[in-house]
Amino acid sequence: MSGHSSYNPTNPVAKWLDSRLPIMRFSKEHLMDFPTPKNLNYWWTFGAILAFMLVVQIATGIVLAMSYTPDAALAFDSVENIRRNVNYGRIIQATHAVGASMFFVAVYVHIGRGLYYGSYKEPREVLWILGVLIFVLMMATAFMGYVLPWGQMSFWAATVITNIFSAIPIIGDPLLQLLRGGFAVDNPTLKRFFSLHYLLPFVIAAVVALHIWALHVPGNNNPVGVEVKSSHDTVPFHPYITMKDLLAIVLFLIPFAWFVFFAPDILGHPDNYKPANPLITPAHIVPEWYFLPFYAILRAIDFDMWFISAKLGGVIFFGGSILVLFFVPWLDGSKTRSGTFRPLFKPFYWLFIFNFFLLTYLGAQLAVEPYSTLSKISTAYYFGYFLIILPIVSRIETPNPLPASISESVLGKGGS
Amino acid sequence: MASDATTDTTKRDFLYVATGAMGAVGTAVAVWPLIDQMNPDASTLALSTIEVSLSSIVEGESVTVMWRGQPIFIRYRTADDIAQSKAVPMEELKDPASDAERVTEGQEQWLVQIGICTHLGCVPTGQKSGSAKGDFGGWFCPCHGSHYDTAGRIRKGPAPLNLVLPDYNFLSDTLIKIG
Ligand code: HEM
Ligand code: FES
Repeated sequence: MSGHSSYNPTNPVAKWLDSRLPIMRFSKEHLMDFPTPKNLNYWWTFGAILAFMLVVQIATGIVLAMSYTPDAALAFDSVENIRRNVNYGRIIQATHAVGASMFFVAVYVHIGRGLYYGSYKEPREVLWILGVLIFVLMMATAFMGYVLPWGQMSFWAATVITNIFSAIPIIGDPLLQLLRGGFAVDNPTLKRFFSLHYLLPFVIAAVVALHIWALHVPGNNNPVGVEVKSSHDTVPFHPYITMKDLLAIVLFLIPFAWFVFFAPDILGHPDNYKPANPLITPAHIVPEWYFLPFYAILRAIDFDMWFISAKLGGVIFFGGSILVLFFVPWLDGSKTRSGTFRPLFKPFYWLFIFNFFLLTYLGAQLAVEPYSTLSKISTAYYFGYFLIILPIVSRIETPNPLPASISESVLGKGGS
Repeated sequence: MASDATTDTTKRDFLYVATGAMGAVGTAVAVWPLIDQMNPDASTLALSTIEVSLSSIVEGESVTVMWRGQPIFIRYRTADDIAQSKAVPMEELKDPASDAERVTEGQEQWLVQIGICTHLGCVPTGQKSGSAKGDFGGWFCPCHGSHYDTAGRIRKGPAPLNLVLPDYNFLSDTLIKIG
């Protein structure tokens, strides 16, 4: 989609650089002139919000690392020291901790947008797969970050989640020891988590670069899902999209700032303000809210299936709930991208969204009735949506007629 | 000439594959230390045996000691506990084990186990006198609701196995060595 270049430097230094490293040309083509569908709505600003959040997490994280101590005996106090004594530490620490939550809010909206508008469909499959990969890396990063303050929830989250690997037959136990660096979660575990927590955001940044590269080959999808046909359908990225994205970021910062300044701990768990104690498990352990849907799926499998124990079954469904996302481009066979034009798809989609909230709620409840049964139904719908509903609906549905072009959809028939 | 060319190609192919294979093996060998350093180190392994004196534990009470960073549950079982455990028919057990298999012969009153739920690794309650012992008088895991009986066998809940028994032996009637 880069088209012909409009970068014609006259300045001799710019010309000199352009013939050696065309970085200015690249930036102009991809960050300013890039043709973008003119009908994008605000759901399309979450990509920029996510990029912004990554920068926020890296900036605050690097600063936190200057005062944080990755040692089981000192970590908890070092975070308290940041919160109480380091200049602005209270705000920086809260920004990082709340930032992780806001990051997940944005990524869930972004993924939900993709699922509704069929952004994963041909020719954007690789773009989608890279996105799911980023999501997986984000989860790993956030999980290991949550362990760093070494409170009770940190410790037991690390214990329960690493234990998932012990469900793997034969290699499970040696693998568990390898991951933990001991027979239980302990100092070596904390140290390696810190090392990896520092590393992974930069890996994410690299995959984000690939994600955007894969975006800039076919260009953006859009709310009607009709491909760009002419330059009438597009506007340049700058200033149209840059300004819109900035406005969205400012709006996003309002709840973000509210949490940081007025309720920095509301998204966390009070038990995490008790130092880690390997002898006492808190009565009700729950993961961070953004892992609850997947935690609900893990727990929903509390029965043995043939030779598969409940424990292994839970782990298979837990992993499967994320793996299945990689295959969505091939499970949904509908040629019509946008959900707006798919009458049969739409109700199932909204039910999926509702079900995802329900899973989040269920993940936070105790494993008793009626929640156990509801979790099973909810888990069944989660998988049913991807593995049964999408393939069948896309084959039997008659989509509504599409507008001839993006321009027509914006300006009505006869517009140009 | 033609046959020479083929010998040449097969020779080249062979060298190509052999070089590639050596490169792959070499890389794997070089990477192994980077991975193996993550395994428990010598200092962790060195702490692998402890001796525990049982003389101060009264009947019906339990103590928890740390071994390899894990809690070890030691319970001085009452005659009731033992009788209750022996009365359970094998068919009722998810991970069948008789009471005798859970303890040392002649020391049936002592139950020594790793205090880690075999589901996802929480520490069950039931060690302190007032804490929840579950529906079977043994231990209860609060995380996802696993119940263990007075022989530490899984009776109800998502855990697949009985509480694990560490390697231990009696040095005397009141002294055990774990590990
Ligand atoms: C993908 C981006 C990132 C995410 C999602 C993330 C997430 C988290 C989370 C959830 C916590 C726990 C906060 C708490 O509950 O107190 C945390 C802590 C921490 N993170 Fe990050 N992080 C990211 C990037 C980084 C980077 C780049 C660094 C740089 C070294 C970093 C350094 C730290 C440090 C030192 C802590 C411990 C202090 C604390 O608990 O606030 N993080 N992170
Ligand atoms: S960890 Fe004990 S029941 Fe899940």
